[in-house]
Amino acid sequence: MLRLELRPAPSAAASLATPLVAIALTLVSGAILFAALGRDPAEGFRAFFVEPSSSAYGLAELMLKAGPLMLIGTGLAIGYRANVWNIGAEGQLVLGAIAGTGVALAFDESDSLLVLPGMFLAGALAGAAWAAIPAWLRTRFNANEILTSLMLVYIAQLLLSWLVHGPWRDPQGFNFPQSKLFAEAALLAPWFEGLRVTNAFLIAIAGVAIGWLVIERSFLGFRLRVSGEAPDAARYAGFDAKRAVWVGMLAGGLAAGIAGVAEVAGPVGQLTPNVSPGYGFAAIIAAFVGRLRPIGIVFASLLIALLYLGGESAQIALNLPAAITGVFQGMLLIYLLAADVLIRYRVRFGHRRARA
Amino acid sequence: MRPRSSFRVVRFAAAAALGLALAAGAQAQEPLKIGLVYVSPVGDAGWTYQHDLARKAIEQKFGNKVQVKYVESVAEGADSERVIRELAQSGHKLIFATSFGYMNPTIKVAKGFPNVAFEHATGYKTDRNVAIYNARFYEGRYLAGVVAGKQTRSNVLGYVAAFPIPEVLQGINAFTRGARSVNPKAEVKVIWTNSWYDPGKEREAAMTLISQGADVLTHHTDSTATVKAADEKAVYAIGYHSDMSKFGPKAHLTASTHDWTNYYLETTQRVLDGKWKSGAVWGGIKDGYVKLAPMNPVVSKETQDLVKKLEGEIVAGKLHPYAGPVKDNAGKERVPAGKTMTDDEMQKMDYYVEGVQGKLPK
Amino acid sequence: MDFLVAIVVATVAAGTPLALAALGELVAEKSGVLNLGVEGMMLAGAVAGFAAAATTGNLWLGVACGVVAGIALSFVFAVAVVTLQANQVATGLALAIFGGGLSAFAGQPFVSRSIDGIRAAPLPLLGEIPVLGPLAFSFDPLVYVSLALFGAVAWFLWRTRAGLVLRAVGESPEVAHEVGYPVARIRYAATLFGGAMAGLAGAYLSLAYTPLWVEGLTAGRGWIALALVVFATWRPARVLAGAYLFGGVTVLQFHAQGFGVEVPSQLLSALPYIATIGVLVIISRDAAMVRLNAPASLGKPFHAGD
Repeated sequence: MLRLELRPAPSAAASLATPLVAIALTLVSGAILFAALGRDPAEGFRAFFVEPSSSAYGLAELMLKAGPLMLIGTGLAIGYRANVWNIGAEGQLVLGAIAGTGVALAFDESDSLLVLPGMFLAGALAGAAWAAIPAWLRTRFNANEILTSLMLVYIAQLLLSWLVHGPWRDPQGFNFPQSKLFAEAALLAPWFEGLRVTNAFLIAIAGVAIGWLVIERSFLGFRLRVSGEAPDAARYAGFDAKRAVWVGMLAGGLAAGIAGVAEVAGPVGQLTPNVSPGYGFAAIIAAFVGRLRPIGIVFASLLIALLYLGGESAQIALNLPAAITGVFQGMLLIYLLAADVLIRYRVRFGHRRARA
Repeated sequence: MRPRSSFRVVRFAAAAALGLALAAGAQAQEPLKIGLVYVSPVGDAGWTYQHDLARKAIEQKFGNKVQVKYVESVAEGADSERVIRELAQSGHKLIFATSFGYMNPTIKVAKGFPNVAFEHATGYKTDRNVAIYNARFYEGRYLAGVVAGKQTRSNVLGYVAAFPIPEVLQGINAFTRGARSVNPKAEVKVIWTNSWYDPGKEREAAMTLISQGADVLTHHTDSTATVKAADEKAVYAIGYHSDMSKFGPKAHLTASTHDWTNYYLETTQRVLDGKWKSGAVWGGIKDGYVKLAPMNPVVSKETQDLVKKLEGEIVAGKLHPYAGPVKDNAGKERVPAGKTMTDDEMQKMDYYVEGVQGKLPK
Repeated sequence: MDFLVAIVVATVAAGTPLALAALGELVAEKSGVLNLGVEGMMLAGAVAGFAAAATTGNLWLGVACGVVAGIALSFVFAVAVVTLQANQVATGLALAIFGGGLSAFAGQPFVSRSIDGIRAAPLPLLGEIPVLGPLAFSFDPLVYVSLALFGAVAWFLWRTRAGLVLRAVGESPEVAHEVGYPVARIRYAATLFGGAMAGLAGAYLSLAYTPLWVEGLTAGRGWIALALVVFATWRPARVLAGAYLFGGVTVLQFHAQGFGVEVPSQLLSALPYIATIGVLVIISRDAAMVRLNAPASLGKPFHAGD
């Protein structure tokens, strides 16, 4: 029988070791999986992990995909540390994309350098505004933010669908559901010809850095953490729980809104019915796999992005079915999350003697 | 890959001299690599399944002269650009992008690979090395409408539809016109599911139509749920994309299907011959792109003969589903008598014709 | 009349999978375990049920396999969050991804295979009563099973000692532990029950509702089931009412379209979500009411210290 003993203090060695344990478990399970599919496991791992990260293009794509994850993940982590469970980042991202598009379409004729900053500002505000709804419902009516923020994801997606099928449909686009392509001034220029990584990655890094300052170095971060870990103590110290909800929700909303603009102004270049490939949800996992610390979230985001790219390359190289990606991702994530137990506990085998 | 680079330069120069001729057929020992990008899993019926049938036809016909890869479940949007680029980068010289949402990504990638032939389904943008292809689905819909119009007793036909884009509206309107050409009392009810693919919703929409009196259903969504629901409720259904008779043997009257085999085989041959050129193809029944699935025996001989005859007229160019007069369901004349709707007008369709109930969601 | 019957029957059919999944989640949450992976467990149940039924031709074996698959996934979850104390929100989301991928992968040979599903049939005698017969006694057998399960769970939670213990564990695992109850084992049991119900809900979708298997068959219903539990303030009767309300809104939305109501269809599709938020707000305003029903330790890991 397995049993756990609380460590006197979280183990630093274990916090480095757990990701390795999880990866080892994933490799073993993955090898079994590939072998069961009649594929050489070594080939499978090569396609999943090496192939996508072994060219300039692959690395650029990795940054392109990891950027939004780390930005949103950090924003969410600020809330999660205060026990504010915003799981609606996907909807906030969509709202950011919508608002950014609104600005891009309104200033379609302009070649001003201010168009892009305007889009990012609008997107950030819209993302924050969408996150403000659950924050307000929570602080005013005590409504559970996990559920309201999740419901708002669906509403946001339907709002997006209505816009691209209706008012914002490209008049030259044969009624297909997408907006006009953005003008040059509303697009982020790629760093290099042929690669898709843009300054959005720098924005994401800056966002993570700000998140790091807030979480690790600021009094605000400390207060949020206290209200998350010890609500009674926080109240005693005069920290306002409502304020924690507001800060926590808005941080995630801002980040997701910015990420939404980066998508429409970056790789997509227009508003389409499916601007986000699920970044808002994947970022939640990135936040936890990164243990709610910005540095960890950066690595977790890179790993999750790599899994996405790996799934595609495994399809192209080995004809593995697309579904295998989900199995593989889910497995690694569950292992990572479960392995975290080693940080705070020691695992012992054998029965514990019954206490008197 | 590396050792062949000098060779590739030679070939590229030759190709450039030819304008945009592609992969030479002379080097038979090196198979032509073909890539296909699918929007959903292949499955057993539906949009992607039809494309995959054509892929198999390529493999069968060209054998070791080709090497075909496909990537399934590629989300439309930013991810598709990477997949298309990876296919191009890994030496695929002919790439089929089989969903509308791949249009702008395909155009973007194509600019960086001038010696790769890109084929994009159902879009409207072409480039020097991007061709587009589409099928006149509405021709099949018209004939399906004739079958439905003959078969209905309640004169209410049900249509489960995904999104009000022109391709879907062309289908609804052609179906309605076909039905009313043989049964002027027929009316069509449409329910939008706002999703290409949600079997539960599609079934619910089908059930709703049945309870509102529809006794022949059809659908423009990607699952077989509508046919299945009709079978369970003992009404009729007309499948779409694929022959769906095995999902509702009693209900399934016929299906309006697409068949990309001819197009894929011809295109592959052209690339092998170095004769591929960009273009825009919108083929119909005549070209074998659109077909009706075998009829259910409950459809009378008379109706089957009529459909055969009309099919012949469409092929001969004597019958056009949108030959004037075409009125919309608010009474406005869209095409005057004696005229036929142009392709351009069809591609911008944003109204219901006479005989469809309700108003188009805006 | 026929029309009303059609709406009622469709509403119940649409509501039943939501009700089953939400009922299981309710029990898990009552013990303090928040499992956001309902969608993944439903998909696993749907594919396992369909695969078994398509292979053997036995629908009820299919239902059983669906339940087992749901339990299997919830066991993974329970090991991670109860034994290994992983974060419940994140693990639940990972489980949703895992279940989605696993079901898509395992279900490939079965995509769009055709089976004769579990059909609605009037009960003998009762089904022949005019008006009431078609309205109340003409569903498929799983609907009656679901109603019985609701009764059983309500009785269990509020009328039995074991139910009291389960609720106590959800309220305060520390106290329950001190008193000598095996907190971890109870949480395991509740989580596995949640998995079983999600699996059953999935099997209902693939064997009775659609009946077919395609990737992503559940199309978000697992997430709605999660919302329903809160919507219902952790009360089984309200879960059932909420599930039918949800099903009803979907069905009525289609009927409104069929009658040509002029509203953007996206707005109609958004109605159920707006309604949930609305009800959530109304219920939550009264803090006392939520506190009365919401398990106090929901989502928090518990470790029996030495």
